[in-house]
Amino acid sequence: MTAGERTMSAISVSGLTKRFGDFVAVDRLTFDVREGEIFGFLGSNGAGKSTTIRMLCGLLTPTSGDATVGGVDVSRDPEGVKRRIGYMSQRFSLYERLTVDQNITFFGGIYGLAGDRLAARRRFVVDMAGLQGREQTRAADLAGGWRQRLALGCAILHEPPIVFLDEPTGGVDPVSRREFWNLIDQLSGSGVTVLVTTHYLDEAEHCHRVAIIHAGRLAAIGTTAELKRVFADRAIVEVHAANPIEAMRRLDDMPEIEKTSVFGTAVHAVLKPGVTGVAPAIKARLEQAGVPVASIAPVEPSLEDVFLEVAESASMATKA
Amino acid sequence: MRKALAVARKEFRQIVRDTRTLTILLVVPVFFLLLYGYALNFDIRHVRLAIDDRDHTVASRSLVAAFVNSGYFDLVASITDADTNRLMDRNDVRAILVIPSGLGRAVRTAHPVAVQVLLNGDNANTATTVMGYALTIIRSESVRYAPARAAPVVTVEPRIWYNPQLRSTLFLVPGLIAYITMITAVVSTALSIVREKERGTMEQVRMAPVDTAAFVVGKTVPYFVISFVSASVIIVASMLLFGMPMRGSWGLLMLAVSLFLVGALGLGLLISSAAETQQVAFQLAMLASFLPTFILSGFIFPISSMPRFLQVITYAIPARYFLTALRAIVLKGARLDAFWMELVALAVFATVVLTLAAVRLRRQWT
Repeated sequence: MTAGERTMSAISVSGLTKRFGDFVAVDRLTFDVREGEIFGFLGSNGAGKSTTIRMLCGLLTPTSGDATVGGVDVSRDPEGVKRRIGYMSQRFSLYERLTVDQNITFFGGIYGLAGDRLAARRRFVVDMAGLQGREQTRAADLAGGWRQRLALGCAILHEPPIVFLDEPTGGVDPVSRREFWNLIDQLSGSGVTVLVTTHYLDEAEHCHRVAIIHAGRLAAIGTTAELKRVFADRAIVEVHAANPIEAMRRLDDMPEIEKTSVFGTAVHAVLKPGVTGVAPAIKARLEQAGVPVASIAPVEPSLEDVFLEVAESASMATKA
Repeated sequence: MRKALAVARKEFRQIVRDTRTLTILLVVPVFFLLLYGYALNFDIRHVRLAIDDRDHTVASRSLVAAFVNSGYFDLVASITDADTNRLMDRNDVRAILVIPSGLGRAVRTAHPVAVQVLLNGDNANTATTVMGYALTIIRSESVRYAPARAAPVVTVEPRIWYNPQLRSTLFLVPGLIAYITMITAVVSTALSIVREKERGTMEQVRMAPVDTAAFVVGKTVPYFVISFVSASVIIVASMLLFGMPMRGSWGLLMLAVSLFLVGALGLGLLISSAAETQQVAFQLAMLASFLPTFILSGFIFPISSMPRFLQVITYAIPARYFLTALRAIVLKGARLDAFWMELVALAVFATVVLTLAAVRLRRQWT
């Protein structure tokens, strides 16, 4: 069974570490990504997401630890890794002066595609990106969503079994983002493994599993439902008040509240373990203190709550 | 190799669509050639001359005529002693010929007599040259009056090879060809790679299974072809516009140009491995190509008159060898045995910079 599981791992990372001088960018990461899975990589800027991806793509040599991608060891055979993966960054790195068609020809060329296979893949990419009739348009003249889909198309021209997407939805409108995630679902449905980094937490809901990286370390891993279980015994109350800052200050002083954080215009208050049904009491006390409350209600923990919670406890663990 | 071809084809398409790069590669060189070719000229003609003739005889008029007919002097004024300072101060004239009264009588009686030539020495080179013209004219006039006088025992019969009229353009144009070719080749290659770094396309390409060699070859070949065309254009233009001869072998000329270009492109690659932005790349490329080629190659200033330590540095300047080879081919029609060392030096330079660039780029690649 163990052997069976191993062959099902598209990416397998164990104790992966990268140091730049004294700075530890990635610290003993260990995780597995299953074939066909959409695996989300969450973390604030500088958490080590891009460094990890660059190691997994064979672009950076790990300081220590092991990683295999598509069954190939990234330290021993980075070129072999490159043949098995597709990579797309937030910059949608296309040649702007070249047309859609010429970009496809070039990327096909450096992946060694030619003849009928290139022609077939060209049709596939143009259809997938919805660029029919725009083959002769320069990449610079395409709107963000199209460029993004073309960049994805160029990254998967050679039909890689594993695709890395580094912040793929940056600077793209919401409709295009949705369409893009539909494409990723389709890819995953056809058996392609997708490892995607993002800092849009709502996008993490599209992922089968997510890993939260904090200061180079793995802070949490699992399905979004699993991750939300850190709040299994703690309720969260969302408070809408005219003066959220003042409300937060008052809430922090209340004995049944563990901590608070700002959520847009609202305040999320995490209650201490086991405390429930105190919303009306809290409302009354806030209003008594001169803070009018528009609404107050228990809410399901969002991924953002999870993220903040996990990042905070990871920081405490680092300091300890 | 197919991948190198894919890179090269892409690069060609990009260049063709990039009017700015195309302009730098094809139009600017010709523009430079015209600008420098016409403005950089050490020949001195049309020297503004004033005459202070205090003799007014056949002999004095004949001397003035000799100056004017020489073609070097333009007679702009006939003056008296009082005007001298004013005209010189205001640069209205650069030379004044003062003919003392009694010249006519002196030449008839074959008595020695002196004429005065006043020169503006603010430009020492020009003054020296003008003085040379004046001495020659006066000497040949003098000989007409005293043919019987014993000639000096040893005389000089100068004959100047390769450029009998001593036209400075013939000396300068090969230097210009080296200078322009170097700058365009280095700048364009350096920019093309750094631009890919800036745009992030470099990273995208690095994610593909392409090795450094294929990428570098693919990047360099288009610039080699275009730089070669550009160099050929300015060589032909030099022949048509400045009368540069072609006395040697076209084959050897192309060989020399190719070796020089490969070195220049290698230098551009080396710079692109050090620079992260196009601005830095441009400045480095100008610094590495413009100054050394202009000053240390023997383009204008003879290497043999430089201080020792500068002479040592010139051995690392490829334009030095290219210039020697180019002058040998086009002006002298020399055969390979006269300049094969220079070609070897160019090949060595190209090999060294290409190796350094490849090593550095490969290190950045992974």
